[in-house]
Amino acid sequence: MAGKEIDAPTGIETTGHSWDGIKELNNPLPRWWLTVFYISIVWSFAYWIFMPSWPGISGHLKGTRNHSERANVERAVADLESMRADQMKRLLTVGSVSEIESDPDLQLFALTAGKSIFGDNCATCHGAGGQGNVGYPNLADDDWLWGGTLSDIQTTIHYGIRSDHPEARINQMMGYGETGALSGDQISDVVEHVMTISGRDADAAAAARGAEVFAVQCVSCHGPDGKGMKALGAPNLTDGIWLYGGERQDIQKSLYFGRSGVMPAWTGRLSEEQMTALAVYVHSLGGGE
Amino acid sequence: MLNKDVSAGRVSAGVVEKVDVAAVNSAASRTLYKAREPIYPKLVHGKFRALKWALLSLTLGVYYLLPWIRWPRGVGEPDQAVLVDFPGRRFYFFFIEIWPDELYYLTGLLILAALALFLATALFGRVWCGYACPQTVWTDLYIAVERLVEGDRNKRIKLAKAPWTSAKIAKKTIKHALWLVIAAATGGAWVFYFHDAPSVFPQIFRGEAPGSAYLFIGILTLTTYILAGSMREQVCTYMCPWPRIQAALTDSETLQVTYKFDRGEPRGSHKKGQSWDGRGDCVDCFACVAACPMGIDIRDGAQLECINCALCIDACDDTMKKVGRPLGLIGYDTDMNLRRRQAGEKEKFRLIRTRTILYSALIAAVGLLILSGLASRATMDVSVIRDRTPPFVTLSDGSIRNAYTVKIVNKANSARDFVIRLEGSSAYHLTTVGAETHDNTLTVTADGDAVRSVRIFATLAPGELSRASGDIRIIVEEVGGGESVVNKTAFMKERR
Repeated sequence: MAGKEIDAPTGIETTGHSWDGIKELNNPLPRWWLTVFYISIVWSFAYWIFMPSWPGISGHLKGTRNHSERANVERAVADLESMRADQMKRLLTVGSVSEIESDPDLQLFALTAGKSIFGDNCATCHGAGGQGNVGYPNLADDDWLWGGTLSDIQTTIHYGIRSDHPEARINQMMGYGETGALSGDQISDVVEHVMTISGRDADAAAAARGAEVFAVQCVSCHGPDGKGMKALGAPNLTDGIWLYGGERQDIQKSLYFGRSGVMPAWTGRLSEEQMTALAVYVHSLGGGE
Repeated sequence: MLNKDVSAGRVSAGVVEKVDVAAVNSAASRTLYKAREPIYPKLVHGKFRALKWALLSLTLGVYYLLPWIRWPRGVGEPDQAVLVDFPGRRFYFFFIEIWPDELYYLTGLLILAALALFLATALFGRVWCGYACPQTVWTDLYIAVERLVEGDRNKRIKLAKAPWTSAKIAKKTIKHALWLVIAAATGGAWVFYFHDAPSVFPQIFRGEAPGSAYLFIGILTLTTYILAGSMREQVCTYMCPWPRIQAALTDSETLQVTYKFDRGEPRGSHKKGQSWDGRGDCVDCFACVAACPMGIDIRDGAQLECINCALCIDACDDTMKKVGRPLGLIGYDTDMNLRRRQAGEKEKFRLIRTRTILYSALIAAVGLLILSGLASRATMDVSVIRDRTPPFVTLSDGSIRNAYTVKIVNKANSARDFVIRLEGSSAYHLTTVGAETHDNTLTVTADGDAVRSVRIFATLAPGELSRASGDIRIIVEEVGGGESVVNKTAFMKERR
């Protein structure tokens, strides 16, 4: 390039680049922009010294402030836990869970904690409001397989149902058709009987035959009148609530194949305090006895 | 009307020296981009300067002292008269205690302030800018400090041009140190509005105050120092939208600081003993320009930069006294009167005009609305949230149950009992968890100044409701008090 070319009208030096006769002026960058640019360079050196920056072979340069987001999160969680520690401890030390429900402050704490634990662990099967689903009990109604008092609920949460925990609640509704224990006709008769005791129309003759079968095969768990037994987790067959559906074909299917739903034990996954809070929450859903 | 003929001024006729000063915004030197010209306002004496000192003391006094006023409210309540309690979510103003859901009172207050500003502007022009705006008040204070340390206009100009001697460095250091002290005090006072002033004051010095307090002290120290120290008139001219808005609020009958050119022109210097015939009263001494904190020449007419601080009135009156002419060559005047005098008509000024009537009526209406709202303010509030997951629960006997979370807001300072009962198209049965109901009613206690949340159940026997949903009213009544709130909501059952 031969010397600097000056653009006549503006008196500003050009870059020498030309497009269709239009030449680019070589205006300097604004001073404020350059200042900010230089400051940011200085800033970056300071940042390298104080904050974690360069990666190395094993690990990275930690910086003098030893900053770590992971440690910050751990600190924040620890802060939160220490903030809740008093209330959490009280959840464990109160004599009985019903004591929690008579203390509005503690109850509110337990309900709030329980709600979030429920949402994280239980809602997948039991629904966000504990309303359940086919095969997954509704926790908001007044019908309980294994009992709906606070301690019943706590036991269920602790050990689960048919879980791998040694203390788990276990019973067996066997598949009467599958195992050949009852014939197809007998099963149909029992279905008619169950329809009768739950207050619905049924074939009276078949129901009478079914009642005889029921008296032999079913009474040990469901009781002579079919009202179930909470100690054994046997459902009441006379009310309007059916875990696996209450229509003829649903009952027939339950009888033929049997039913054995599983709820995991939460001991070891949740802390004692968490399970207590959860029990208070579930109890408050509306069905608590 | 303010153009009073003070005959006493004629007695002390003398020669007036011309000040070497030019308006920073003079039309002749106007360019698209112009570097700031430093302004060195000269101290003037007079009634407007005195008024401004008085208003400065008053506004700063209110700002610094208000958080220290105590107002006993009872046990467990803050006793600070004016307090914005963010953690407790309350705003206290003497006898008023505002909850977050009543923030509309603040909106009303802001509307009232805006309307008052409109009215003041329609009547007296930019009085807000000239006397009360924090930018004006703090700049005035900073200029006073500057004058105290560096001397008046001429000395300050000389000092600015002088080489950096130790004396200059000392003066500048003292000035900036004083400015920073004022700035820090400004930020410091601000945080008192958000914390208990007597307890947070020592905490600030011991490093025990909340982080947000230091943050806001820092921000306000910085903004005060920069805005009042170095930016000054640029804030008004370039940053503030108010000059543009105010221009639309004034009319030809608004009193504004005006150079009465009909009396002043043709201007020219005047020697003692010269005749005043055939010339105007303006002796072109530039005292008005030298006094102006905005650095402008009021004789160029009304302009965006003019904040109507009236210091040029004092400066000009001083000159008029010296040359023995009537005071008020620069004074509060209206555009209409300028025209009327030129046309040989009588001056006239009306406070009551369509515009001012409208603003006054609006102020009265909004004020009454706020007052009546405050007077009839309920001390309880109830909100009801119906459970949606699940919308209803079928019980073993076939009855249907809905759940509602009832939140009772007790705005009184003491704990109160409330009775919850249900009404509606069917006979709903009320229950709850952890407490007994009596006669289908539930009594709960809400602590003073607190929200009590209780989950209730409404149950309906099978077949009671033929439609998919029914009406239900959740009624919360204060026990032994007159207050009650009725909350209408729905009761759902399965759609068949």
